[in-house]
Amino acid sequence: MDREKIKELIEELRKEQLEEGDILIYLLHRIQDHYQSHYIPPEVGEMVAEELNVPTSKVYEVLTFYTMFSTKPRGKYIVRVCTSLPCHVPGGREIVEFLKNELKVDFGGTTPDGLFTLEETGCLGLCGVAPVVMINDQYYGDLTIEKMKEIIESLRKLEGGDGK
Amino acid sequence: MALTTNTILICAGGGCISAGEESVKQAFERKLKEFGLDTVVKVVETGCMGACSLGPLAVIYPDGVYYQKLTPKAAEKIVEEHILKGRVVPEFLFEGEKEKLTLKEKPRGAEEIPFFARQVKIALRNVGIIDPMSIEEYIARDGYFALHKALTQMTPEEVIKEIKESGLRGRGGAGFPTGLKWELARQQQSDVKYMICNADEGDPGAFMDRSILEGDPHSIVEAMTIAGYAIGAKQGFVYVRAEYPLAIERLQKAIEDAHAYGFLGENIFGTDFSFDIEIRIGAGAFVCGEETALMHSIEGKRGQPRVKPPFPVQKGLWGKPTVINNVETLALVPPIILRGASWFRQFGTEKSPGTKVFALAGKIKNTGLVEVPMGITLRELLYEIGGGHPQGKQIKAVQTGGPSGGVIPAEYFDTPVDYESLGKLGAIMGSGGMIVLDEDDCMVDVAKFFLEFTVDESCGKCTPCREGTKVMYDILDKITKGEGTMEDIEKLEKLALVIKDSSLCGLGQTAPNPVLSTLKYYRHEYEAHVKDGVCPAKRCKAFISYVIDAEKCVGCTACARVCPTNAIHGEVRKVHEIDQDACVRCGSCIEVCRFGAISKVTPAVSSTVAK
Repeated sequence: MDREKIKELIEELRKEQLEEGDILIYLLHRIQDHYQSHYIPPEVGEMVAEELNVPTSKVYEVLTFYTMFSTKPRGKYIVRVCTSLPCHVPGGREIVEFLKNELKVDFGGTTPDGLFTLEETGCLGLCGVAPVVMINDQYYGDLTIEKMKEIIESLRKLEGGDGK
Repeated sequence: MALTTNTILICAGGGCISAGEESVKQAFERKLKEFGLDTVVKVVETGCMGACSLGPLAVIYPDGVYYQKLTPKAAEKIVEEHILKGRVVPEFLFEGEKEKLTLKEKPRGAEEIPFFARQVKIALRNVGIIDPMSIEEYIARDGYFALHKALTQMTPEEVIKEIKESGLRGRGGAGFPTGLKWELARQQQSDVKYMICNADEGDPGAFMDRSILEGDPHSIVEAMTIAGYAIGAKQGFVYVRAEYPLAIERLQKAIEDAHAYGFLGENIFGTDFSFDIEIRIGAGAFVCGEETALMHSIEGKRGQPRVKPPFPVQKGLWGKPTVINNVETLALVPPIILRGASWFRQFGTEKSPGTKVFALAGKIKNTGLVEVPMGITLRELLYEIGGGHPQGKQIKAVQTGGPSGGVIPAEYFDTPVDYESLGKLGAIMGSGGMIVLDEDDCMVDVAKFFLEFTVDESCGKCTPCREGTKVMYDILDKITKGEGTMEDIEKLEKLALVIKDSSLCGLGQTAPNPVLSTLKYYRHEYEAHVKDGVCPAKRCKAFISYVIDAEKCVGCTACARVCPTNAIHGEVRKVHEIDQDACVRCGSCIEVCRFGAISKVTPAVSSTVAK
């Protein structure tokens, strides 16, 4: 992403926002959405600081505080597993184990093919259909290991793999 | 426009969407079109109907018949049979209706199904009934009438008086009187004030705010505008979690439509009152639900709490007087203004008037959202409305208030549900999440679980919370791994009390509650882990072994095939054995055994004994 694009995003937000002070979090969301690998590269963070005329440290402190932001490239699909109690009780623990085995990554890890990043999330508010996983903007509920396997395989197929 | 003969309401709450609502809706529409019925039968997507475990749900009007667990095939059949021929399709009827139908009785409407009949819906009055994207439907259900009444017939002081008299208390957990909060903000001298709706719902197991935002977003727009009028604010913010994209989308639409109708913006209803609302989103930090942290986040900073006082009503957002109300609290405001404080007080108890929405989750038959009058007993809530345990087992306890709350054992199920009674038991009302636990749930594991959550979500600003919760977690981890001592339990209790007293914000002050309350009621479980090497719930892996009953095993090899570590040996049609050293206790074998030959035992058996 170049400086022009950042300026453009800032302009857009200035039109939408009432207060100048609160643009940062919104801007970081937009920048992150812009990258297929869902992250904010350090040099872009620096450009943001310059354009908003705030210290780089301020951008970094916000960037590293919120779990949804990442400074490392992530997978095309971010698999967020709910690890709250209502999901843990009816089999969420097993889903976590399965995903770690299947993707061969731990929480925070990205598969070598760049497809999946496994993350934990707090309660997604879908406790009625626990256990729940959110992949990018899509929710999947009432999961079993079987169902989870199908979902991962179908995404792999979608990306041209053989599902395995 | 052709006259509508039937309306199909289909639940488009988060739970039903994840269960395939979209394809069911398309099937309805496709089939209706096929029969040329698409002009006279309306398909409407509503907010959450509450019975999430049975989704996707739909209800056919005018008959009021509920259908559950729908598939595209089921939808087609319902169009062919029910819509076209007027014959109810029994196999998809709502829970427990099938038996009734064989007696040639007509299926019950919502008013007769216990799950719905015991509820009193005020905060959820429109959720699951109207199309959340339609402002007309909201208006048709008395929407914006309360705002009109407040702006044209009441002074701000009168609005505050009505809310004070209703006894409405914050539904976010702490139960602070809403009217008093508004009054304090009203009294502040300032040219600028702010009204914030806290929609950073994060307590594990609570999802009522999400349902209201997704199912009835206009109620929040209306309530915030009323609140803005009462306290003298011109600007409102809704702070929503980024994890709730659907809520953000529907709320945005509601704000735009309200603008178009003149219910927001300059000179609302031709009065000299102007008010506007904007959405701010978080980025994944639980602590942002704490009000001072939330305001920091809106200001574009790290969401860390600060010391109170000054309270937000004195110095809030950008240093201006600010009122922060929770979503459910606000949803109750318009009906109170419209129908009066005494109407609201007919529900609930003296000190906790009105209704409360609870989210039932865990080991309970009817998971989902229910709204009941305060003062109902836990037993009524869990058994009559919740339907009890899904497999008819004994319910051991219910966990309320998420990571800030505690457990309530079954012996106390006759306690009325209100702020004070739950507090006396060492639990809290919290935001209304109820996680039902049974004999298979280990209380030490539950406590450890919540501590893990707090350790993760602690913002790190104050030491007791940042370091203390980590030490507590490590002790619990030790106990569940079979390395705990009796001194550990004492240390845990002492530490819990120190953290409670010395933390900066509500997150740290309440973080030890799950440990304190499980210690209060289930100390014997902690001691069993430490002294006897036993996990009574057979949950903690260090204390259990899987064993095969030689009498029941037929040697089908199913378990050996599914075992991920090849720990099960045996020839076909001969009794199998589990190698305890190789077993990772994943439980896959128990699931596939059709003969009930595998069981869990505690304490763990050593490998030699098993052989």
